[in-house]
Amino acid sequence: MSTGTANGTAGGADARVGVVLVSHSGPVAESVATLAVGLAGGGDTAPVAAAGGTPDGGLGTSAELITEAARSVDRGAGVAVLVDLGSAVLTVKALIAEGDELPEGARLVDAPFVEGAVAAVVTASAGADLDAVAAAAGEAYDYRKE
Amino acid sequence: MSETVLDAAFFVRWMEAAAAVIDREADRLTELDSPIGDADHGRNMQRGFAAVVTMLETEPPATPGAVLAAAGRQLISSVGGASGPLYGTLLRRTGKTLGEAPQVSAAELRSALAAGVTAVGQLGGSAPGDKTMLDALTPGVEALADSFDAAAVAAQEGALATVPMQARKGRASYLGERSIGHQDPGATSSALLFAALAEVAK
Repeated sequence: MSTGTANGTAGGADARVGVVLVSHSGPVAESVATLAVGLAGGGDTAPVAAAGGTPDGGLGTSAELITEAARSVDRGAGVAVLVDLGSAVLTVKALIAEGDELPEGARLVDAPFVEGAVAAVVTASAGADLDAVAAAAGEAYDYRKE
Repeated sequence: MSETVLDAAFFVRWMEAAAAVIDREADRLTELDSPIGDADHGRNMQRGFAAVVTMLETEPPATPGAVLAAAGRQLISSVGGASGPLYGTLLRRTGKTLGEAPQVSAAELRSALAAGVTAVGQLGGSAPGDKTMLDALTPGVEALADSFDAAAVAAQEGALATVPMQARKGRASYLGERSIGHQDPGATSSALLFAALAEVAK
């Protein structure tokens, strides 16, 4: 389910932060990933993976798809996980609080889903570390629309 | 409370009884979830607990704590709705709190369940009175100090007490005052968990 380009070698010093986009809907997660990679300039972006819906294509949240996506973008520099709502939030929180399924350095980022995804992919692609990626995504809450 | 000693087999039977009662009540849970939720609670819980039973049959864990931790892990990965991480966290934290002892007392189960319920509250950012699982779990765990039967009754009463509450968490909270008058499906399934526990403790 990877979207965009996966760059960097595992554990390299210049490894980039991975971004996982979790939505109740597969098409929403995929489309937001495409949007964020496109707005980040396409080409040489940070690794981004979508984890939307359930494995059978329905609406919902799948711990397995999230875990697979997080592992697929983990280059050793951390993984920023952005979520839409409800069970997506709770599933990622539960996996991080209680589990060992997600890669070490995976973090739930508190950010609006679409705007935060764009900010996260742009900053991760520029080589920012996980703190900076999370901060940039979270700042998207401050951009008022009126 | 009596000095009952509970082993791994007891906890497997609890999960099996929970799966059976959820199976019987699945339609009702989904019905309760229709006016204030997305009408999937019964099916989600049925799928989750069926997966737990299959997992326990294929690779039965050796200790009470391991049974509940594995059941919780299974729920998180197979439910697909918010009840997955919530029930998964409840059982997983309870299991981890029980540790690796081959047998536990009812009192140890009670204090481990209390830790599990606290973890559920932290995960969902909710408290009793918000019209959630906690409204059945909290009185259930408290009454466990008396007996398994008392816990089942208290959890059931707690679930019924959610009817006049206004939902403050989850999808039902979007409905505001219109959530009043409906019994919370999560509190209802939580009461079933205590009913199953009382059944296997007989």
